[in-house]
Amino acid sequence: MAGLDQLYKEIILDHYRNPRNQGELPPPAIKTEGFNPLCGDEIELYVEIEDGKVKDLSIGGHGCSISQASASMMSVAVKGKTVDEALEISDKFKAMMSIPDAGRDADEADIAEAKASASAADLGAVAGGAEGPDREMGELSALQGVKKFPVRIKCATLSWNTLLEAIENA
Amino acid sequence: MSLDVAAIKADFPMLAKEIDGKRLVYLDSGATSQKPLAVIEAMDDFYRNSYASVNRGAYRIATEATDLLEGARADIARFINAPNDHEVIFTKNATEAFNLFVQAWGGANLGPGDAVVISEMEHHANIVPWHILRERLGFELRWIPLTEDGQLDLTDLDTLLDGAKVLSVTAMSNVLGTLNPISELAEAAHKAGALIVADGSQFVPHLPTDVQAMGVDALVFTGHKMCGPTGVGVLWGTTELLEAMPPFLGGGDMILQVTKEGFTPNVLPHKFEAGTPNIVEIIGLGAAARYLEGLGMTNVREHEVSLTAYALRTLNERFGDDIKVHGPAEPAARGGVLSIEYKDVHPHDLSQVLDQDNVYVRAGHHCAKPLMKVIGVNATARASMYLYNDEADVDAFADALEKSDDIFGLGI
Repeated sequence: MAGLDQLYKEIILDHYRNPRNQGELPPPAIKTEGFNPLCGDEIELYVEIEDGKVKDLSIGGHGCSISQASASMMSVAVKGKTVDEALEISDKFKAMMSIPDAGRDADEADIAEAKASASAADLGAVAGGAEGPDREMGELSALQGVKKFPVRIKCATLSWNTLLEAIENA
Repeated sequence: MSLDVAAIKADFPMLAKEIDGKRLVYLDSGATSQKPLAVIEAMDDFYRNSYASVNRGAYRIATEATDLLEGARADIARFINAPNDHEVIFTKNATEAFNLFVQAWGGANLGPGDAVVISEMEHHANIVPWHILRERLGFELRWIPLTEDGQLDLTDLDTLLDGAKVLSVTAMSNVLGTLNPISELAEAAHKAGALIVADGSQFVPHLPTDVQAMGVDALVFTGHKMCGPTGVGVLWGTTELLEAMPPFLGGGDMILQVTKEGFTPNVLPHKFEAGTPNIVEIIGLGAAARYLEGLGMTNVREHEVSLTAYALRTLNERFGDDIKVHGPAEPAARGGVLSIEYKDVHPHDLSQVLDQDNVYVRAGHHCAKPLMKVIGVNATARASMYLYNDEADVDAFADALEKSDDIFGLGI
């Protein structure tokens, strides 16, 4: 089976221990809540969208290391981006996270396929955008290891699904 | 008589399995128990040699199938000391049994101004069906609060029961392990003119069960937590209660007569068993009851009390204040369900780390979100023990817990 070092990469643990963009935002930021009914994880996402841009964003709630780290990394990746850019990053992230049925026995072929469909480099490029490579954004690829632990995929995507809901309702 | 756990382990094929060259340390029996050969073989044998539909068909195998199913009903009645076999209603699981009772009895007996009493330690199966019906009928839902150490706080019980029509409460908490004083509660409920229904999902698999001594009007439990297969649960009720209740699901088998104008319900137990039942699973559940009887439920309980005492002692000795075990501290006051908080490691992460060593525990809210709120957590990691667990399993659990330090460090 996949080793835990593939799940708990240092960069993920760093975001878990030192989450970025924590706390509440006052109106006009809108609060959106997300729940993972399987484990009880809850996320509160405060997003302020102005002129088609994610002007400000912060995160509250409770969760496991993966859901908390993913939320923190997401906040870094989309804050200050246009809504379209944020949606694009979200699409790429979710594509990276979904390998149906690979399960714990994911072999090299699965991994190669995953890389082909949404490679880390690809993500980095999107993330970097016109401003060039963005180190924080490239970090998202660290979450790729979560795919080998299918039960945890929902932890990783919780904040992203909540972001989509927030954008839809904005 | 103490249980021969090595021999019992050998009865369960799953427990002989190895993953990554290591044995399984199965500590999730509160979610579902593993199955002994006696159950697997009974179901296999029925499929191979006796399979036919039940309650109809004049041919010999159909009669044999019906006899086997009714034999399983008698096994279950005996297992819980029910006075009559026809009081054992087979459902899909405990959740369906609760929904049956709430919809059928509650639908006919509750309305605005009425009250239902439950407790803060209930599983969602004993909460949500009441919410669903309450939204339609508008009765009041009252909650028995908990004490600091996870017992029912019965200080205001008489006030809570005043004017209530039913008390619906778990016999043993699936999160805290707390054993509730059901016969005392039954007395109080009856004195107040209310019925009492007990959730036996965690109790029946682990302790000798006597519905008459408990004094309850109804008991729900599920098969898959007591060595039986999934897909079968039980609603037991007194004949008087079940006969007064209208049917729940309509369809085949549950009628005596159907016309264009209406229907006449069948007699018990068929009145509440619409459609072809889970024949094979019911037969498997009968085999599970016989397997447990063979070991002796008193022995099972004694084993679990001593194992729980060992686990509480071991965790305390090895981790001290770094671990918190929810629920009563006294092993005799609880079942072998240990919901823990370990340092600041999130339960999901903890169960992931434990999985590396094939130590299987449940992480999450355990379908008891109101209780999670009361005890001030979002989730716990829960190790739940059964007749096939031993001290080596507890030690493996503690060893694996320690390994989470390697990843999450101290004091994050």
